Amino acid sequence: MKTYVGKSVYHGIAIGQIQIFKKEKKSVYRSRIEDVQQELAKMENAVKEAKEQLKKLYEKALLEVGESGAAIFEVHQMMLDDQDYQESIQNMIQTQQINAEYAVAVTADNFANMFAMMDDAYMKERAADVRDISERLISILTEAQSEEVTADVPTIILADDLSPSETVQMDKSRVNSFVTRYGSANSHTAILARTMNVPAIIGLDYDEEIDGKKAIVDGFKGELIVEPTDELLAEYEDKAAQEVEKKLLLLELKGKETVTLSGREIRLYANIGGISDLQSVMLNDAAGIGLFRSEFLYLEKDHYPTEEEQFQIYRSVAETMAGKKVIIRTLDIGADKQISYFGLEKEENPAMGYRAIRICLKRVELFKTQLRALYRASAYGNIGIMFPMIISVKEVKQIKEIVEEVKAELKENGILYGEVELGIMIETPAAVMISEDLAKEVDFFSIGTNDLTQYTLAIDRQNAKLDDIYDSHHPAVLKMIQMTVENGHKGGAWVGICGELGADLTLTDTFVEMGVDELSVSPACILPIRKKIRDHR
Amino acid sequence: MMKFSFVVKDPMGLHARPAGLLVKEAAKCTSKITLRKGEKTGDAKRIFNVMGLSVKGGDEVEVLIEGEKEQEEAAALEAFVAENI
Repeated sequence: MKTYVGKSVYHGIAIGQIQIFKKEKKSVYRSRIEDVQQELAKMENAVKEAKEQLKKLYEKALLEVGESGAAIFEVHQMMLDDQDYQESIQNMIQTQQINAEYAVAVTADNFANMFAMMDDAYMKERAADVRDISERLISILTEAQSEEVTADVPTIILADDLSPSETVQMDKSRVNSFVTRYGSANSHTAILARTMNVPAIIGLDYDEEIDGKKAIVDGFKGELIVEPTDELLAEYEDKAAQEVEKKLLLLELKGKETVTLSGREIRLYANIGGISDLQSVMLNDAAGIGLFRSEFLYLEKDHYPTEEEQFQIYRSVAETMAGKKVIIRTLDIGADKQISYFGLEKEENPAMGYRAIRICLKRVELFKTQLRALYRASAYGNIGIMFPMIISVKEVKQIKEIVEEVKAELKENGILYGEVELGIMIETPAAVMISEDLAKEVDFFSIGTNDLTQYTLAIDRQNAKLDDIYDSHHPAVLKMIQMTVENGHKGGAWVGICGELGADLTLTDTFVEMGVDELSVSPACILPIRKKIRDHR
Repeated sequence: MMKFSFVVKDPMGLHARPAGLLVKEAAKCTSKITLRKGEKTGDAKRIFNVMGLSVKGGDEVEVLIEGEKEQEEAAALEAFVAENI
């Protein structure tokens, strides 16, 4: 048994026989041609032939991996048609009297270099597309045959790297995972693996002699285990079976409503910490965003983010969600999440100190900058704003006054804004006790169970020694939640949960029975909770 | 000449697929169509030009349309971009 480690780009478990995919080394030689017109005609025919091949590949990919995975072959056709690309090849044939395949090879290098030099990781990978279309042309021009993978047992494909054409030409009914030496999380192998829903590992340096051996691909750990022991194999067979069940669940539940058997709908939203989480929000089919932590905007900068910088981010999230609810939480930092340019003093007890809304209400200009950015973005989607660490009605009234000032200023300057729902986090016992009064002031509550547990039980979350008595299922905590839901509804506010408890499947039934309107959880938890809710009577 | 701007919604930016969509649509027009991001410009009918602009999610792109049918083509393109990009 030997284990190789790389970087996983898609999770999952696969067991199969290794096949090392070797590219046929196509050497292209420069030669002088006599008849330029004939060479240009040859080139034109090759482009036509390449486009025919790509059309067929597009249709094959459409059936196997769907529209989004197949689109690359349409793009390849356009690349072949690109005037700059074609002119470059034609010019070389004409002015230097060189053979078509050599002109293609040189042009490919030039165009690939343009992409390779970009500062964008995704665009860098597009150099592979240029090479792919060029290799296709060269194969046609030199009449070379490309290797195809025709396996008859479940197969793990190992390669230096794979081009889109190579991956699609494979017999997908047998290939169950990909492992490459090179490539990146944005390479086609990774994208294809995600579309096919099979594990993939990159950056794994294997030995050539493992070709044909039995192996396990662990897409969670990024491991390739060659010739595993029987024990380990049995363990992984179990895991693989569980994975299959999960994948079926995903397929089955995407696009379905989150409704209990008795017909009650629960809004199932996602928690995100930045724009990069949006893809998994879409992938897991969230009905909206229930908690967008705006802290990252402040944490990743060395200066206070400007109104414009914030606006661009909020707008882009609102637009991406296209009318679905996006609830953004205003700045929630304090002495436990230090940001140097804030100049906050060190505190003895930061969890109960100068943090979150307490800072915003003292440094009103800072708060207003964020609110202006949020309101401006509200013209581009369905935005809600929520405020953290509330303990009194007075705070909420103060916030609403500031909000009114911001709206008046925007109006005065002729800047558009949309309807915005305002809500508060319920995460202090004080807020729970006065929740009926608070509900009259706002549109919604979102219960932050992590802090609520810490404050209710008087247990510091950071203190590992107390882990054994930190019980988030403590009846006191559950009673707090129950009380918040009842009082919220009495006061006319809808009530959601955005803390970790929201994703606790053992409590989903309890929350539904309590009358919770919304659950906001990390994207990966959405579908399992949807299933739980759909099974609820 | 007509012009309009749009913000790219796809968090990945104007990568291969959306760039392809845009080029396909631009190719239907008779006008000359130029994209501008910051100081860089590119021909909207040439995919390598469009991808070469390295447009990221949230970037603003200006579209310049010049030709006999510029008015109707600008309107059609703007509608297409709003819907698809």
